[in-house]
Amino acid sequence: MTAPIAGGVDCDVHPAVPHLTSLLPYLNDYWRDQVTTRGMTDLISQSYPTYSPISSRPDWRPAQGKPGSNLDDMRAQALDRFRVSHAICNPLYGVQMVFSEDMADAFCRALNDWLAKEWLDREPRLRGSIVVSLQSVERAVAEIERCAQDTRFVQVLLLVMGDMPLGRRAYWPIYAAAERLGLAVGIHAGSAYHNPPTSVGWGSYHIEDYVAQAQAFQTQLTSLIVEGVFARHPGLKMVMLESGFTWLPPFLWRLHKFWRGLRMETPWVDRAPLEIVRSNIRFSLQPIDAPPDPVTLNRLFDHMQSDELLLFSTDYPHWQFEGDAVLPEGLSDDLVRKIMIDNPRATYPRLKVPVAKETMP
Amino acid sequence: MNIQVRERPEQALPVVAKTAIADCDIHPARATPTELYPWLARRWHAHLETIGAPAYHGMMGGPPYPKAQPNASRRDAYPPEGGPQGSSLSFMQKQHLDPNNVALGVLNPLGTGQGLRNHELAAALCSAINDWQIAKWTSQDSRLKASIVVANEDGPTAAAEIRKRAGDKSFVQVLLLSRNTEPLGQRRYWPIYQAAEEAGLPVGIHAFGYGGNPVTASGWPSYYIEEMVGHSQCQQSALASLVLEGVFERFPKLDMIMIEAGFGWAPSLAWRLDKVWQRLRSEVPHLTRPPSEYISERVWWTTQPMEDPEKREHLFDVIDWIGWDRLLFATDYPHWDYDDPSRVLPAGVSAGNREAFYLNNALKLYGLA
Repeated sequence: MTAPIAGGVDCDVHPAVPHLTSLLPYLNDYWRDQVTTRGMTDLISQSYPTYSPISSRPDWRPAQGKPGSNLDDMRAQALDRFRVSHAICNPLYGVQMVFSEDMADAFCRALNDWLAKEWLDREPRLRGSIVVSLQSVERAVAEIERCAQDTRFVQVLLLVMGDMPLGRRAYWPIYAAAERLGLAVGIHAGSAYHNPPTSVGWGSYHIEDYVAQAQAFQTQLTSLIVEGVFARHPGLKMVMLESGFTWLPPFLWRLHKFWRGLRMETPWVDRAPLEIVRSNIRFSLQPIDAPPDPVTLNRLFDHMQSDELLLFSTDYPHWQFEGDAVLPEGLSDDLVRKIMIDNPRATYPRLKVPVAKETMP
Repeated sequence: MNIQVRERPEQALPVVAKTAIADCDIHPARATPTELYPWLARRWHAHLETIGAPAYHGMMGGPPYPKAQPNASRRDAYPPEGGPQGSSLSFMQKQHLDPNNVALGVLNPLGTGQGLRNHELAAALCSAINDWQIAKWTSQDSRLKASIVVANEDGPTAAAEIRKRAGDKSFVQVLLLSRNTEPLGQRRYWPIYQAAEEAGLPVGIHAFGYGGNPVTASGWPSYYIEEMVGHSQCQQSALASLVLEGVFERFPKLDMIMIEAGFGWAPSLAWRLDKVWQRLRSEVPHLTRPPSEYISERVWWTTQPMEDPEKREHLFDVIDWIGWDRLLFATDYPHWDYDDPSRVLPAGVSAGNREAFYLNNALKLYGLA
């Protein structure tokens, strides 16, 4: 393995909401009453069943409660262990799955307030992502604007599988708000399950859903690029989280070929897809879908034709690697520094901003 | 792509100078809408003329994402006698088979009726297409081989069609499309795999189809380019389903061919499957080996549209990971994104790999060596 260096930015950690009741203090009277009266219990997504092996490394699984639900564990197992300067919290609570835009909005607001109070206030190394649901773009924008006043929020968080492809123009106000407020847009693995979790229908298995995340990221990149999001918002950074990245080069080879043949259809795409990815799209390091040998991995890095695309991540507490081997073998010192420090800091401008609350790191 | 094609003088074609190739993806078309009627019960003639042939999408005529060209085909491929591109054997011979020295051409009829909402009509059309392939194509040119087209949403009926054609040397594979009402590993499709295995035929899975599912797992996109690029992601999910459902375990002699969906993604998908399987194998105890092993032993890939990296050596890395013995050259004639056999491989490929790529892998897989 390659040794991590101190001072890195872990761009993908997952604090878990212990139970829906944990959000009750952050809901208004109406929604608190709805949750209790209607007997709602929890919002665990099929994307990450609590006891699935992928949802937690065995040695990171707590004796009781959900993996990732304890801040002291996260400190010991991730923040201290990998000596990071910051870690970006991406809550994966299934608030996007509900169908009512009112309910989704209430849960998103509660989740963001919960994150600020229960995690960001208690641990100065943590930064937050603003979770929004796409049932109402108007409400998503309002929530982004509300949370962005707290400069510890560095990103807007979306799921890779929702109702419509993410490049669709209806979603552009979200991207405009993010660009205006200096927030990256993170797109994380997971589905709202409003469409089948593969593009060929419903499979039988959890493993199938997880494998399919990589295909979903590919189709979202196509959508974001060809709809012209980055022609309109050239300063916007989008981060593919828990996406894998070894699929990227062959995907771009195909997209580039068809773009050359079909650019009459989307004439506003003013740069080659490969260039757009280099300037606007980033990928979290874990999971690494590649064989463990450094020779193959270095060929894959060469195929990516840029050392600025990857951002360090542990994906804590998900089970992506063993021991301290978060960095694969064979990385140069220069690449380690880029992945762990330079690239994340260039992607998240708010990491440089002094925090607006009393929690200066 | 939208270049006006000018009349050009007839040229002497250097047939003898070119090495023989296999073209594993040729799309024969019907010259007229009624061309299948001789093989179709009268009941269906009236049905087609009144109600049509509804697929799992809304358009009565034409595809939901308009193609880049009429019939998604080359503008220089219209036969002089009329009819759509790919509908004339003599013109296909003159424009493609003869000048490119195609020794083996595998026919993959599209728009056949495979995957229609009315499964009975689908079965009738597929059977007619199979008779038509023999009458119009394979019996007229021995270089051409047909695919058994089946009404895939009705497994037992599809299996019966395969058994009806088994042993007929005109057919070299069973043809499915990638996008169906369910992922292809689902049990409803297993009768097809069983019949194919019994007949000793590989199953070719061609990109496209409309099973009713959006072409992304996040709903319907806006553009044709998204559908075209998306076929590759659909194929990845279809192959993952085939592997994870245990199709290759249950049918140990069955080979499969991924047609017109790219191959560059194969190593990454296999690595991802293996990695996740290490974590979640208890959920799929019917798999006795890492997923990548089923893929590397049982799956072949047609080449068109060749992925197009800036650096050619990147493509060769990928081919090395897949194996030069797994690729089957294809042009996709007469479609607009046709790959020209004289241009897909640059200099520097060994003679053995070149022959395998262009011809020998196909002859071996299709039992024609």
